[in-house]
Amino acid sequence: MRSTRAVAFLAASLAVAACQGKKPEAEAPAAKAAAPAPAGDKILVGHVGSMTGSEATFGQSTDQGIKLAIEQWNAKGGIKGKQIALRTYDSQGKPEEAAVAATRLVVNDKVNLLLGEVASSRSLAMAPVADANGTPMITPSSTNPRVTKDKDKVRPYVFRVCFIDPFQGTVAAKFARSDLKVDKVAILRDVGNDYSMGLADYFLAKFKELGGTIVDDQSYKAGDQDFKAQLTAIKNKNPQVIYVPGYYTDVALIARQARELGMKQPLLGGDGWDSAKLYEIGGKAIEGSYYSNHYSPDDPSPRIQEFVKAYKARFGTVPDGLAAQGYDAAMVGFDAMNRAADGSGAALRDAIAATKDYPGVTGIITIDANHDAVKPAVVLEVKDGKSVFVTSVAP
Amino acid sequence: MTEFLQHVVNGVSLGTIYALIALGYTMVYGVLKLINFAHGDVYMVAAFAGFYIATALDVRDHPTLGKAVVVFVGAMAVAGALGWAIERFAYRPLRNRPRLATLITAIGVSFLLEFGFQLPGLQAQGRTFTEMLRGLGWGVPGWLDGLVAALPADFPPGPTPRFFPEPFTRVDWTVLGGVHVSNYDVVSFLVAVGFMLGLQWIVYRTRFGTAMRAVSFDPKVAGLMGIPVNRVISLTFVLGSVLAAVAALLVAGSRPRIDPIMGLMPGLKAFVAAVFGGIGNVPGAMLGGIVLGLAEEMVAGYTVSSFRDGIAFAVLILVLLLRPEGLLGRVTVEKV
Amino acid sequence: MRRARLVLRSVAPFLVALPLLWLLQGASPPDVTIVLVSIAVNVVLAVSLNVVNGFTGQFSIGHAAFMAVGAYTAALLTTGLADVQILGLRADVSDQVIFFLALVAGMATASVAGLVVGIPSLRLRGDYLAIVTLGFGEIIRVVIENTRFLGQATGISGLPPYTNVVWAGMGVVATVVMARRLLLSTQGRALLAIREDEVAAEAMGVDTVGWKVRAFVISAAFAGLAGALLVHKIQLVTPRMFTFVKSMEVVVMVVLGGMGSISGSIIAATVLTVALEWLRGLDQYRMVIFSMLLIVLMLTRPSGLLGTRELWESVPRWLRRRQGGGAS
Repeated sequence: MRSTRAVAFLAASLAVAACQGKKPEAEAPAAKAAAPAPAGDKILVGHVGSMTGSEATFGQSTDQGIKLAIEQWNAKGGIKGKQIALRTYDSQGKPEEAAVAATRLVVNDKVNLLLGEVASSRSLAMAPVADANGTPMITPSSTNPRVTKDKDKVRPYVFRVCFIDPFQGTVAAKFARSDLKVDKVAILRDVGNDYSMGLADYFLAKFKELGGTIVDDQSYKAGDQDFKAQLTAIKNKNPQVIYVPGYYTDVALIARQARELGMKQPLLGGDGWDSAKLYEIGGKAIEGSYYSNHYSPDDPSPRIQEFVKAYKARFGTVPDGLAAQGYDAAMVGFDAMNRAADGSGAALRDAIAATKDYPGVTGIITIDANHDAVKPAVVLEVKDGKSVFVTSVAP
Repeated sequence: MTEFLQHVVNGVSLGTIYALIALGYTMVYGVLKLINFAHGDVYMVAAFAGFYIATALDVRDHPTLGKAVVVFVGAMAVAGALGWAIERFAYRPLRNRPRLATLITAIGVSFLLEFGFQLPGLQAQGRTFTEMLRGLGWGVPGWLDGLVAALPADFPPGPTPRFFPEPFTRVDWTVLGGVHVSNYDVVSFLVAVGFMLGLQWIVYRTRFGTAMRAVSFDPKVAGLMGIPVNRVISLTFVLGSVLAAVAALLVAGSRPRIDPIMGLMPGLKAFVAAVFGGIGNVPGAMLGGIVLGLAEEMVAGYTVSSFRDGIAFAVLILVLLLRPEGLLGRVTVEKV
Repeated sequence: MRRARLVLRSVAPFLVALPLLWLLQGASPPDVTIVLVSIAVNVVLAVSLNVVNGFTGQFSIGHAAFMAVGAYTAALLTTGLADVQILGLRADVSDQVIFFLALVAGMATASVAGLVVGIPSLRLRGDYLAIVTLGFGEIIRVVIENTRFLGQATGISGLPPYTNVVWAGMGVVATVVMARRLLLSTQGRALLAIREDEVAAEAMGVDTVGWKVRAFVISAAFAGLAGALLVHKIQLVTPRMFTFVKSMEVVVMVVLGGMGSISGSIIAATVLTVALEWLRGLDQYRMVIFSMLLIVLMLTRPSGLLGTRELWESVPRWLRRRQGGGAS
């Protein structure tokens, strides 16, 4: 009796496996063609995002930004008369899952445009898939230079709409040295996060080059509850500013615990700080700190204010930086589709590469020869529970 | 010297968190010999229960002592109920099965809670739960509509971290010329010590404790002796979960960021602490937690902080190699 | 004669599998290929962990660490030797040879790591051993994150895409042949004896300590193989891929398949990988459904899908019984 059940279950599971295997096989010949064919009357956009796992909050924000962009284009009648559809696959925050998801979107679903991922470690797993199959990919917020450029060779189909690590690290170093006029800085970085490590490394190099001293270089792990050990060590070195290039989820707690230890130094950070949660969780502790960002939410320009309003109406929350970047990645892609000569991947790639002065929410975007977005950075100060513009730094 | 003392204070404060969670872990382990992987997630759910109650009561803008009591009692009740349900439906059916089977359901429950709480909120998606049920063609009683509408915040909470309002006002003291201590650190430590003593008393001085020890020793024989084995195990789970709830609120009150995977690492570390102190041993869990917290703090403070977890684990492995039964564990003689 | 038959039994599966895998490789489009490779990697992981957790009855929850060691070793070799061509070989043949050597090197370093972790198992058992393996997994990750030439948190990108269905399939065959030969040998009996009763085994003269360490080493080597195969498919290796969660996933596969059952591990690894892939369209709901599936499966089949039995034992018996039933 027992083994009968085992065999029945086995048969069922093999049947599932078989169904799974068959569907793509039937479409195999079409998949061999390098560029995905235009999918009839619809444009399909694929998004690989960390919808679950430890970075789900970033993945879900990005997804909502993309959704908003699609809904706005569809309301206007779509691109060249075609409606846009979105297919999102979860990567669970794992590179290997991102690679599988990207392959499935590109080969099986034949998306016209691939969007994602938040973190460079996942985008690096997706980029070879995009290149190999000739599907353009735009990453909203992967900042590692290697995502678009593999060993001095620009990846032909991979683009980004965000800053790269060297730029933002340099901006922060310049700001600390010439605007804040400090010469002793401590770094507190997220050791498991390539974004944070990249920013910290470039900041460190530039700040030293400008004649400053790094008095301490400490690290934490995302999700930690307690940062007091590192902060106590930093406090003893008495820096004037602490550079914390992490995500708002941790920075808010770091700020609180620094103040609890009686530290008065301002913190300095990157675009990972951009979220309303920073002020809510950080409270008074985060006041007076600075971070570099793509745009200033209090920028009166209508395109930013309209985005914030539309996002709030649709999802009930204020957009964070990742939502804005997801929105811009999709928008740059759609703008290029509108200009592309035909529906092929190569035409879309050329159109994206030709993007010039696109007025995105996160800045005026121009794609350069390295497939990176060139846009000025702004430095913001946290004041009265919101961010206010301090200065602008050109690339 | 000030720096060292500050590190000690920080380490004890961190260790207290581990200890509070480890106490619940070790209770369950002591009775069932089961690694309750979902314990960290009960801790998480308790924090969210506290969050919803606190939001409903508007604790953030008008905190009072009475409200704090309601928040604590409510979260403890939710956690206790959850602990009871997990044991009843996920563990009890497998009690006489291989121990690892229960471990897998524990992981399943843990995933279910983590990923369930990470689902996007129903209100944020523009439809409430009841509308979704009606969309599926199910009948919905009216009170459910009212319940959803009455939710103080969106449910499930989704992955974005939430701000946890302080249940009681934070006070920071500066002592000994520059060492910073807060009332949360002091209260947490006292609560942990209190719980440790209380649990010791329960285990060794009450009828229920005697029953627990009997079940731990041999559930079958205990059953034959007329001990209601199921009830004892259920109550142990409820007790362990209530401890997790208190830990969650104390931690969330002083480190006001809560999210659906907040229980993962503390749960793991508490498990380590419990084993370290000698799993199944109540004072051992307390000691293990504090030692682990201090070890992490000293490593991060005085050496390279990026090696924090690595060195903490290395110390742990070394200690286990020297004392394989944990700091306070009893050596079990193997009988043939 | 007996010896020749044994050798044949070990070699034959490779010879049979090679042309089949070749055909499969040719027939599968990229999206099927990558799923097949991930199934193969998970099968290698589950079967190799089964050697420690299932055969020997130890409790290791740090399998991802061995994967990481193997993956990084192989990745360093293939990226370092990317421009090297072995004299007298065609470029593509040379690449394949280098990849093979990299896989072997990955297995070798992983087995050394296995030795390091295996030695504590001399003194510890049960949950204490689990903690040591878990701690070791964390230590490996921390070390990688702090080592500059391993790429820290970003890892090493741009690995050559060597892994295909043939390589992955051969990895599975190698692992299964290893596990089966081990189980049927005297050595395997020793491992099973340790699982059933360590004290009694020792009393019977089984070198329990030596066998536990050897089980760790063998298991680690194949975990290293799995890691090396995986990273040469997705062309990237980062510490993120080898977390505690990954180790737990492998434990789940082993327990779900049945402790000590090779075919059980294969089926569980396949079913879980395919199920996750199948549910991918469901966004965030995927993992919720997956975890419910896990609970329900475990509640309905507490000893795993196959218990400690093997498919190749149960199916013939089942068929025989059916026939017998039909005749009477």
